[in-house]
Amino acid sequence: MAEGGPSRVLLRGGAVVDRGGVRRADVLVDSGVVAAVGDDVPIDGAAVLDCGGCWVGPGLVDLHTHLRQPGREEAETVETGSRAAALGGFTTVVAMPNTTPAIDSAAVVREVMALGATALCTVEVSGAITVDRAGERLAPMAELARLGVRLFTDDGTGVQDGRLMRRALEYALPLGVVLAQHCEDDALAAGGVMHEGAWSSRMGVPGQPAEAEELMVMRDVTLARLTGARVHFQHLSTAGSVDLVRLAKRSGLAVTCEATPHHLTLTDEACQGYDTAFRVNPPLRPAADRDAVRAGLLDGTIDAVATDHAPHDQEAKERPFDQAPPGMLGLETAMALTLGGLGLGDDPQRLFALLSWQPASVLGLPAAAGVMAPGAPADLCVIDPGERWVVDAGRLASRSRNTPYAGMELQGRVRHTVHCGEPVVIDQEAQR
Amino acid sequence: MTAHLLCVDDLGPDGVEAVLKLTDSMVEVGRRDIPKVPALRGRTVVSLFYEDSTRTRLSFETAAKRLSADTMSFSVSTSAVKKGESLRDTVLTIEAMGIDALVVRHASSGVPWQLAAWLAGSGVSVVNAGDGWHEHPTQALLDAYTIRNEHKAGSLEGLRVGIVGDVKHSRVARSNVFCFAMLGASVTLVAPPTLLPASLDGWPCDVAHDLDEVVGELDVCYLLRLQQERMTEALVPSLREYAFSYGLDLARAQRLPAGALVMHPGPINRGVEIAPEVADLPCAVITRQVANGVAVRMAVLFHLLTAPADGEVRLDG
Repeated sequence: MAEGGPSRVLLRGGAVVDRGGVRRADVLVDSGVVAAVGDDVPIDGAAVLDCGGCWVGPGLVDLHTHLRQPGREEAETVETGSRAAALGGFTTVVAMPNTTPAIDSAAVVREVMALGATALCTVEVSGAITVDRAGERLAPMAELARLGVRLFTDDGTGVQDGRLMRRALEYALPLGVVLAQHCEDDALAAGGVMHEGAWSSRMGVPGQPAEAEELMVMRDVTLARLTGARVHFQHLSTAGSVDLVRLAKRSGLAVTCEATPHHLTLTDEACQGYDTAFRVNPPLRPAADRDAVRAGLLDGTIDAVATDHAPHDQEAKERPFDQAPPGMLGLETAMALTLGGLGLGDDPQRLFALLSWQPASVLGLPAAAGVMAPGAPADLCVIDPGERWVVDAGRLASRSRNTPYAGMELQGRVRHTVHCGEPVVIDQEAQR
Repeated sequence: MTAHLLCVDDLGPDGVEAVLKLTDSMVEVGRRDIPKVPALRGRTVVSLFYEDSTRTRLSFETAAKRLSADTMSFSVSTSAVKKGESLRDTVLTIEAMGIDALVVRHASSGVPWQLAAWLAGSGVSVVNAGDGWHEHPTQALLDAYTIRNEHKAGSLEGLRVGIVGDVKHSRVARSNVFCFAMLGASVTLVAPPTLLPASLDGWPCDVAHDLDEVVGELDVCYLLRLQQERMTEALVPSLREYAFSYGLDLARAQRLPAGALVMHPGPINRGVEIAPEVADLPCAVITRQVANGVAVRMAVLFHLLTAPADGEVRLDG
């Protein structure tokens, strides 16, 4: 709770959405928790946020955010990234460890946690599985877990060595943490910078086949069976990957997975003009893969939408297509893209499930409960599902501008965000 | 609307026809005692080469000079780009000097498209002198011109053209497939699967894996250069093995139909994609390709930088 902010906030006139259903109700927030949910909550000195026509639900949770700090502050900082998160309705983000230095030691974990303490959302700090994400030696996972790290990943690269990954999974079992994999077999991907297919062939751009992702999903499903450990698959992008996870879940393995807003809305055809805004890893795939990702999100195979928000400064993205760093912004557009991409205009529960309580349950966060009731943490997101807006890259809160959606009209916008009882976004404006 | 030449498709069949027709006039200029015309006097053509290339660069610069354009040349090592130097800053700096055309060569596919986007509204024409594995439109035009002039058919219509070798990594192959098909040729790619693109969806051509099976029916046998590094990528076992299956040796060359042409974009690996004695046969028109390169590039620059309202070509001012 920021100093001087109202301690009591009334979210009035919206439809409350949680695991229990959707109902007309006002929500009173007091001292960082939900104090009342109902029809006739008295104003009683509370600051009033108009929620007319809106869905009022638990704050969104992003399992996959690159905040770039420490080391790449020209692209993003914890402060700017958390502001973008708040504007996108997120009250919790998981900061990826591929910083410089990597988050593979207690010192860096503490540094990012300290930066996160004053951010506009909760910053869950993730740790690297291996030292410097080099895929050679295990990082001190027990020590980092003790500091509060719940998720470990070498994101940006997959752990290539099957034996090392097996050991990591076994070692992490008693720590109660989640190991998450960036699925990409380096040998088969062979440095490909977009999806290998008709477009890469015509464009003369080195491609990576869908199988480079699927091979590692397949291996780690096998390792989940071998070790009994939980595995979370990051940013799945191919039909084959979705099928593999569907089968693994059916056979009772403890696997979870996420997909990004861009993989459910864009295809590799978008790369045809060599606009580096569309260069991302895993790469954009053909329509059949995009459709499989959508289907996986709708049938429960894919647990969460995660942004893979990956800021890059303008100069880096002005390199040739094959030399520009992969990645695109995601936090401020994720909700609208999920709403539109999956056609959830009549299904706010599914929208919040995919963006809030399901990702929270992957990590075992309190928000996994998904209840809007007295006593619940006052992390809230208010969405106007009808508002149409045009993405203006110049007005994004992120320090970077690398959105592929610039100039595009989207439907659905976050109106207010409340974090730990503090209204951090009011009427689409960040409050600090 | 500024005219660019990024790929052959930009010209369309009419544009290709216009450039090939103009090339005849440029060949004539080249035969004069003083092979120079004032057509582009006062215009500035800049060559921006991020990749080493002797012949293409000299060819463009000679072409510009024969049209009396002022020429500037920027040579940039690729290492500067890898260090993070902004391509955009370089290009906007050059543009600020007041130029008319930018001839660009880059090891990365798509760079001419990025430049054209950054230069939108500046009035500068971008000419692609080869981008990565993607396109090399002036090579395709000079090859089409060479076939038209050297083959007895006098046209590509109905000719059977085999493009042999490393199609996957070849900008020449990509430009030629689409250019030759546009002009009515029937194109067959001849290569092992490892040297073909992953997908040929939408490509106007057939595929063969056995040169011996098709060589007897080729009106044009177009050989691509095989780079040494393809061996380390396990794409072919060895140069010897490649020559065994896909090299145009004398026995194979003798099976070509009467009047067939042997072509190569250069530089050639004698003994790999082409046997030394085949490279010296009269049907091998490799040096004709180089000679026509200057005239075709003159035609391209003239076509892009002048807009004759009445369609009449005035080279002599």
